Amino acid sequence: MTEPVVDMRGISVEFPGVKALQGVDFRLFPGEVHALMGENGAGKSTLIKALTGVHKPTGLIRLRGEEVSFHGPGQAQDAGISTVYQEVNLCGNLTVAENILLGREPRRFGRIDGRATRRRAAELLERMGLAIDPGSVLADHPIAVQQLVAIARAVAVECQVLILDEPTSSLDAGEVAELFRIMRVLRDEGVAILFVSHFLEQVYEISDRMTVLRNGRLVGEYRTAELSRLDLVSAMLGRELSVLEELEQQTHPVDERAVLLRATGLGRKGAVEPFDLEVRAGEVVGLAGLLGSGRTELARLLFGADKADSGTLEFDGKPLHLRGPRQAISAGIGFCSEDRKAEGLVADLSVRDNLVLALQASRGWTRPLSKRTKDELVEKYVAMLDIRPATPDTPIRNLSGGNQQKVLLARWLVTKPKLLVLDEPTRGIDVGAKAQIQKLVAELAAEGVAVVFISAELEEVVRVSDRVVVLRDRRKVAELRGTDVDEVMAHIAGGRAAA
Amino acid sequence: MNRLWWALGALVALLVLNVVVTPSFFSIRMQDGHLYGSVIDILKNGAPTLLIALGMTLVIATRGIDLSVGAVVAIAAAVTCEYIATSSDPGSASTALVGMAISLGLCLVLGLWNGFLVAVLRIQPIVATLVLMTAGRGIAMLVTDGQIITVNNETYRSVGAGFVLLPLAILISVAVLALVAVATRKTALGLLIEAVGVNPEASRLAGVQSRTIIWTVYVFAALCAGVAGLMISSNVSAADANNAGLWIEMDAILAVVIGGTSLAGGRYSLTGTLLGALVIQTLTTTVYTAGIAPEITLVFKAVVVVVVILFQSPKVQALFRRRPKRPVAEVLKPQEVAS
Repeated sequence: MTEPVVDMRGISVEFPGVKALQGVDFRLFPGEVHALMGENGAGKSTLIKALTGVHKPTGLIRLRGEEVSFHGPGQAQDAGISTVYQEVNLCGNLTVAENILLGREPRRFGRIDGRATRRRAAELLERMGLAIDPGSVLADHPIAVQQLVAIARAVAVECQVLILDEPTSSLDAGEVAELFRIMRVLRDEGVAILFVSHFLEQVYEISDRMTVLRNGRLVGEYRTAELSRLDLVSAMLGRELSVLEELEQQTHPVDERAVLLRATGLGRKGAVEPFDLEVRAGEVVGLAGLLGSGRTELARLLFGADKADSGTLEFDGKPLHLRGPRQAISAGIGFCSEDRKAEGLVADLSVRDNLVLALQASRGWTRPLSKRTKDELVEKYVAMLDIRPATPDTPIRNLSGGNQQKVLLARWLVTKPKLLVLDEPTRGIDVGAKAQIQKLVAELAAEGVAVVFISAELEEVVRVSDRVVVLRDRRKVAELRGTDVDEVMAHIAGGRAAA
Repeated sequence: MNRLWWALGALVALLVLNVVVTPSFFSIRMQDGHLYGSVIDILKNGAPTLLIALGMTLVIATRGIDLSVGAVVAIAAAVTCEYIATSSDPGSASTALVGMAISLGLCLVLGLWNGFLVAVLRIQPIVATLVLMTAGRGIAMLVTDGQIITVNNETYRSVGAGFVLLPLAILISVAVLALVAVATRKTALGLLIEAVGVNPEASRLAGVQSRTIIWTVYVFAALCAGVAGLMISSNVSAADANNAGLWIEMDAILAVVIGGTSLAGGRYSLTGTLLGALVIQTLTTTVYTAGIAPEITLVFKAVVVVVVILFQSPKVQALFRRRPKRPVAEVLKPQEVAS
């Protein structure tokens, strides 16, 4: 076998308090399409950034057998490693040719030679088999074409390693086919392509080999043809021993309970296909699926965080028309977003203010909670959820992730909700806090609160939930009761494996 | 808190400078039951800026900005004076009161317009309020027909030039300050404004009615500008559509910034804004009393502002924190360097 063009050994990257990568090995051979797989937080983008010189890792990186250490993406690019990101970052007001050769324009008498620029660009586009007029303005083309131009630009620098970070997320099927055709052309010319995508179908169609990461560690390197989808999914999701092992799976006699929420044909274009869902009081419904499967999008529709464009909702026996979160909140629904920082925390405000925010907002500004009520609420929930430090005046940004999450949960608990929608409430928090949150969910259900629970960890979803709804490619594909991880995994992987 | 100290420090420094230049700076004398003195002058002349800066503080706390306040000052002045001047009884108290009421009602509408652009149409605040900043002076010109309108009405004059022991302008601005403090801290308004300013999306998901909140602060800012407009024009018993409140939006924004409220929105400080407004007004007064040449007045002002803002920047503060930790004793002696 030929030598690998990229050989990374024992790569570790550490951020304050987080080990993003721990001793990962990664090899990339010339003339292959290599898929880098893993869920959110697995370390995919950290690995890419370690390779392109954005992060400074510990460990060894060899490029064509020579040890290298890049200080910034510019050096990596000079060494033949080009990256195309999800968002096209080119200049829309310039022509296609100018974009392709930006910063490297052929010059004549010290000035940019426009004619030579167009000619060089045309040659390159022809080599890739692209029928794009090099003299046309970039912004006039659809995103897919802009993406191809970005790739042409990357290839223009004699690149040997091409990194494509989720290039297909905004493309339709025909555009993906075109992208894959060009990837194959480049591969056959000997370019090593590193490909990141959340779409399993595409990974299986285009990649020759894949490397799977999980929680910052290497799971393994596989030939695509030899790895079944089921094995891939289980490699990506893993089977951690949950801290809740001792908490037996409770099966409440929930079927006799009243249906609290009924969604009929609820959906939103480009987010999640229309689905039906029933949630009963005191029931925990888990949503399982890979990232981008539509699990978050579904949860957001239930709360009105995004507006549904089809279907109806019924809550507590009455129709519920959600124009935004406020209607959901006054009906008795609470929601914790998966993006704690951007959509949960009000970082500069104190723990106290964060905790009472939703309750205060629902009362309106003219009916303030008295200082005493606030203090009592805060004291009660800080003790109940074991929030540390127990100093309500601390800005919430100074708390650890787990404690921040507990404050956000408390924000909803004080509103006495009938339904809680929790999107990855245990992500990125320490094991102890995780166990406390799982236990809390079980207790809430026992008190009659309905919970919709999302987690990337299947073990957790299966253990916490009475019922598991599986999503794949933005569609609800299964609803399982008393299920186990294998069955859920089979449905997530789909295709023949589910049969 | 830290930032407040810098604003306070700047104010104290300016006051000390004034005492050095004019030893009688702090003396206050009683005359005809009115208090007079440099300090009183500063407070009185700073009253319109303080009023506008209070409204601006809340707007900035929601991540916004209101550039139109100067134009609103001109409109408020123009409408009131025009009404009084053209009424059948231009000298009576009731005419003045009705005129002021109409004027403030119009300011409320202008605030609603700004709030509508920002909160409902989601136009960037700087652009949305630029509309009224430009158009507003035009409106004021239309109202006054391009003339400077002078009025002779004792009731109206008292708003800007009247005394109840202290100048009425001071009392009005202090009353508004107290009102805002109570309205934001005794209701939940302050919490909700800050939440919207720190993280609008998280606030939306927590059910905060950010639209209403944002709308309210723009209306309040316009009302403050309206009252300031009444003060400014009544002080001279005239409405000058071209010059009333010219550039006052800049002074107000500066006052807010010097007071430590970040233009990025979020936490705000009314005390800080009060200090900021006082710094700016003291600065202006100092320029005159210290006999600084009018050509370099603006440069002097700019230098002081730059210094205050520099000291507030996190990077400069970090420099100050690090410095004492350096082992001072290890600095090489000259002869060691030479050898």
